[in-house]
Amino acid sequence: MIKRSFFKSRYLPYLLIFPQILVTLTFFYWPAIQGLSQSFLLSDPFGRHSKFVWFYNYIELFTDPLYLKSIFTTFFFSLAVAAVSLSLGLFIASMANRALKAKALTRTLLIWPYAVAPAISGIMWLFLLHPSYGIVALGIKKWLGVDWNPVLYGSDAMVMIVMASAWKQVSYNFVFFMAGLQAVPKSLTEAAAIDGASPFKRFWYITFPLLSPTFFFLTVMNIIYSFFETFGIIHTVTQGGPGGSTNILVYKVYQDGFVGLNLGSSSAQSVVLMSLIIVITFLQFRFLEKKVQYGG
Amino acid sequence: MVEKTPILDFFTYAFLILGIFIVGFPILYSLIAATLPLEDVVKVPMPLIPGDQFIVNMKEAWSRGDLGTQILNSVIMASGITIGKITVSMIGAFSIVYFDYKFRVLAFASVFCTLMLPVEVRILPTYEMAANLLNPIQALCDFLHLDGLLSWFTGNDITIDLNWSLLDSHTGLILPLVASATCTFLFRQFFLTVPEELCEAAKMDGASPMTFFRKILFPLSKTNIAALVVIEFVYGYNQYLWPLLVTTNPKMTTAVIGLQNLIPQADDLPEWNLALGAAVLVMLPPVLVVLFMQRWFVKGLIEKEK
Repeated sequence: MIKRSFFKSRYLPYLLIFPQILVTLTFFYWPAIQGLSQSFLLSDPFGRHSKFVWFYNYIELFTDPLYLKSIFTTFFFSLAVAAVSLSLGLFIASMANRALKAKALTRTLLIWPYAVAPAISGIMWLFLLHPSYGIVALGIKKWLGVDWNPVLYGSDAMVMIVMASAWKQVSYNFVFFMAGLQAVPKSLTEAAAIDGASPFKRFWYITFPLLSPTFFFLTVMNIIYSFFETFGIIHTVTQGGPGGSTNILVYKVYQDGFVGLNLGSSSAQSVVLMSLIIVITFLQFRFLEKKVQYGG
Repeated sequence: MVEKTPILDFFTYAFLILGIFIVGFPILYSLIAATLPLEDVVKVPMPLIPGDQFIVNMKEAWSRGDLGTQILNSVIMASGITIGKITVSMIGAFSIVYFDYKFRVLAFASVFCTLMLPVEVRILPTYEMAANLLNPIQALCDFLHLDGLLSWFTGNDITIDLNWSLLDSHTGLILPLVASATCTFLFRQFFLTVPEELCEAAKMDGASPMTFFRKILFPLSKTNIAALVVIEFVYGYNQYLWPLLVTTNPKMTTAVIGLQNLIPQADDLPEWNLALGAAVLVMLPPVLVVLFMQRWFVKGLIEKEK
């Protein structure tokens, strides 16, 4: 799209778009092409000699039980993070929307974890869930009677990174749910109230369906967040361990590429991740256009 | 509310306070831990009454982690990304919306394609690119066997080895993250809503494109810019993977990465008071930006994702 009235100039538009194109080409297109071509090569760790091997890296990847396990771990992790942070965010937002007093203060108190780096959230939860000093870990041991030790048990480590990731994301979800809740027309809730619908019924039959686009959008954003931005949490808290139980896909790309120096495999993994995110984006555009709220 | 529901209202506030408490607890707990001496931090459970060691712990953490340098690096990186991204994308969007030229659609499409791809999915090749910015030219030279050609031409043995590394520099931290389509897209959307009459009137008065940009478009975009400043500053400050790869020199790393060294490992003294004190200190700049620019932040967050 372009404006009806626009300027005419021979060089200026090119000059203005030039920085953007240059940066995009050097740091996006060239690396993407490099990655794609690297994924078809088998090279020694120093990158001096390489051999064209067709889909060898991909076949190797999808027959590697560790990679398949990492895929499963990633999906489990992202669904868990989305479930925890969405439900908590929606719950707090609907409470905040009902409360008439101190709205601005509530928002201020809930908003700031957004600014905390994932890695810092990781450090705090590492302490809270520390097997010997953590207070939350103490509660888990005492009340649930679990032998809590994230250093030894994979499932405990998974719970730890889910907590650290979901905590940071609650405030993001809160902001969007709050905006969504405030956009629900008052007339609808009032009409339902006159017809005798209880507050819970009103929430379930009116507010929640009207929130479904927000809900869908946030689910996608939360999954993308837990796929990529949680790298900092994994790196500070578990380093993928114990025994690869928290080794999500992004962390595996890093480990295989920069620690293990397996360039071909790491590039193939990058390509897989890229295709995955393209599919997610495509689905998001498709569904958002359809406006899920009325469901056909 | 529509009807009086005293019991439900009570629970609303009770749950709201509980929610705020859950969200705030990790920070509160870290702050308390930062005020305690070592022997109190390792008590199980840790006492919840703040101690008097706050200044001592902070000083120790500050010097041990070299936090001054690292926070400065983080702030430079975050500001660089913010300013770079906004400038590049604003003039880019201006070019796409307000001019008609041959490659306009192609330019927009090529930028738009990068919309959702974070740096995390292309780390290895982007790292190689940052390690040697002249990589594409080198590849071209190798492909054309330019060195062989030159050797033959001059009679000497010449090898072309172009190298311009961005590793361990502020430029290397900033530049690759400036490549993002989201801001361009946002500015484009905004420019499209600016009334046509403004541009027509400016043209009629004989304003050049850049005058129009400076005197009309820029002042109109101020709230959008403010919103993006908050979002991008937080984004830049909290980057993890990229600084981890690009910097190896501790003088060049960012604070979020540097914190890693303060976490007590299994064999160390469990000096959690230092680690958590430093963590609270490091998170301060972006938290302050978000709190003080809350209005623009909420606006920016919601507009950006539309």
